[in-house]
Amino acid sequence: MALLEVNNLCRSFGGLRAVNNVSFRVNTGTIKAVIGPNGAGKTTLFNLIAGALKPDGGSILFNGRSIYGLPPFRVAAAGISRTFQNIKLFGNMTVAENIMVGRHTRSGSGFAASMLSLPRTRREEREIAERAAELARLFGIEDVLDAGAASLDFGRQRAVEFARALASEPQLLLLDEPAAGLNIYETNELAKRIVRIRDMGITILLIEHDMSLVMDISDEIAVLSYGEKIAEGPPCNVRNNPQVIAVYLGGDVAQD
Amino acid sequence: MKRFVAIGALAAAVIALHLLFAAAGAEYLLVQLTMAAYYALVVIGLCLLMGYAGQISLGHAAFFALGGYTAAVLSTNSFTQLMGAPALERLVHWGLVTAGTDAYGAAAHQVPVWLSLPLAVAAAAAVALVIGIPVLKLKGHYLAMATLGFGTILYRIFLGTRLFGEADGISSVRPCALLPGLTIGGDTALRTQNYYFAWALVLLAMVLSLNIVSSRAGRALRSIHGSEEAAAAMGVNTARYKLYVFILSAVFAAVGGFFMTHFNGGIGPAEAGIMKSVRYVAIVAVGGMANLWGSLLIGVLLNFLSLRGIFGSYDDAVFGALLVFIMALAPDGILRREFLHRIMRVRIRWPFSK
Repeated sequence: MALLEVNNLCRSFGGLRAVNNVSFRVNTGTIKAVIGPNGAGKTTLFNLIAGALKPDGGSILFNGRSIYGLPPFRVAAAGISRTFQNIKLFGNMTVAENIMVGRHTRSGSGFAASMLSLPRTRREEREIAERAAELARLFGIEDVLDAGAASLDFGRQRAVEFARALASEPQLLLLDEPAAGLNIYETNELAKRIVRIRDMGITILLIEHDMSLVMDISDEIAVLSYGEKIAEGPPCNVRNNPQVIAVYLGGDVAQD
Repeated sequence: MKRFVAIGALAAAVIALHLLFAAAGAEYLLVQLTMAAYYALVVIGLCLLMGYAGQISLGHAAFFALGGYTAAVLSTNSFTQLMGAPALERLVHWGLVTAGTDAYGAAAHQVPVWLSLPLAVAAAAAVALVIGIPVLKLKGHYLAMATLGFGTILYRIFLGTRLFGEADGISSVRPCALLPGLTIGGDTALRTQNYYFAWALVLLAMVLSLNIVSSRAGRALRSIHGSEEAAAAMGVNTARYKLYVFILSAVFAAVGGFFMTHFNGGIGPAEAGIMKSVRYVAIVAVGGMANLWGSLLIGVLLNFLSLRGIFGSYDDAVFGALLVFIMALAPDGILRREFLHRIMRVRIRWPFSK
C-alpha cells in the first residue's frame, strides 16, 4: 500500500523547471531513495513534500489524504518528520530540549496552559522529558542530554537530529543526505540506524549521494535528472539502467 | 522547585528593601522603585519576545504608552464635551462611566478601573495583533526597521492628537481605587501600598513568564529563535507562536503603562519615544537576552538609577553606550560567568601588567 503518493508534481523557479511532472509512490514499511546528480531537483522535491516550498501543480497524497501545499507545521502534524541536509539543530537549546521540541505535535499544552503550569501540563512535561531520554538512549547520546546542542561534534549533532525527528513518532521520515560529511565508519553506522528505524515500522524516504549506502539499504530507488524522473525500481534494476549510467557517468548511452 | 525558591527570594528582597529604606528614613526611594517595577513589566515581556523567541522590537515603548494613554483618556476630562448628551447619560446609567469630580473639584466623568484596565489591555492586544501579523513575517534588520517605524508612528500620533494632549501629554490623571484599601496614586500616604502592588505585578509576570519558558510553549518559542525552518518542520506553528508572544509582551507593557500613569498622575509622549524603546532593548541585551532574571535585575537597577537622575543629561547616552558596549564585548550579557571572569582577571592583572 502506498503511504505517500506523488503525482505530476511541478515547481519552477523563474524559467527553471526544478521539479517537472514527477510521480512516484512510497510503500508503507519500505526505504525509498531518491538519487540524482547535483541540481537534479532532489531537495526541491523534498521541500515540496515537507511544505517548505509551495508546488506549482500536481498532487501529494499521504495516507490517502492530500497534503499538497500545506504549511510545514501541518505536514509535520500529519505524520511526516524530516532531517536537513545541513543539520538544523536549535543551537540555543540543550540536546534534551532539542529532542523535546520534536515531541511538539504529540503534545497539546498551549500558551495559556503553559503560562499557568496546570497539573495536566506538568504531567505532559514529564512524559515529554521521559520520551526524549528514551530516544537519546536509542541513539547513544544520553550522556550529553544537558549539553548545548551547538557544542557537539558533527556525528552527534546528526544523532540529535534523528532523535528529534523520531520524537514525533512519524509514519514517514524524510532524510535529506544523512551521510553528508560522515566518514565510512559513521556511514555504516548510519545504514544500520536507518534499517533499524524502518524495522520499527517507520517508512523512509531519503535523498543521498552515497551510492553504496543507497544500493545497500533501499528497497526502491527513483532517479531524478534535470527535474524529471528518469528511472525507478529496485536497486539492481536501477544500477544497470543505461539512462542512469549516462546521467552519472556522462556519454550518450541514453540516446538509443 | 528552583523557580519557587527564586520567586520567594525576590519577594523577600522586595520586603527587605522596604524595611531597609524605612529604617534609613529614605522611604522616598520606594517611589522610584515602584516606577522601576512598572518599567520592568515591559522588560519582562520584551525578554520573552526578544531573548527567547528571537524577535526584536524597537517599538515597545509604544505599547507602554498605549496602556498609559488609555488610562489617562478614560479617567480625565475627556467626557466633558459630551456632558448632558443622552449617550453619556446612558453609559452612566449602565455603570460604564461614573460621574465624579476632577482634580480641581469640577464635575467630570471617568470610566471605572474594572473597565478601563481591560480596555487598555484590549487596545494593546488589538494593536499588537494588527501590527504583528504583517510585521512578524520579517526577520532580522527588517523586523527591527518595521517595529521602529511602528513605534515612531504611534509616538507621532500621541504627540499630534488633541485627545492625547499633544506635546503636553495628559496630566491630573486621578488615582484609581483598585480595591478597598488599595489605591493607585502618587500620594505620599499611598507610597507603601503602591510599592507592594507594583512589585506584586512584577512577581506575577515573572511567575507566568518563567512557566512559559520552561514548558512546551517556551521550547517552541526558543526553537523559532534557533531555526525557524526546523521549528516549523517539527510541527511548531511559528507564525502563531510569534504573534502570541508579541501580543503577550504588548499586554505586559500596557499594564505597566496603565498603572504607571495612575501612579504618576499623567503621561507624556516621551514615554512612547524611540529612546525609550532603545532603552528597553539595551536592558534585555545587558541582562543576557534569554535571561528573565538578568533582564529584571538589570532593568530595575538601571531604571532606578536613571529615575534618581544619576545619569543627568546623559541619560539616553548612557543606554546607547551600554548597547554598544554589550554588543562589542559581551553579546551574551554581563551576568555570565565567562564575562565576569574576564573582567576580574583584567582588574587583577592591570596594575601589574606594565
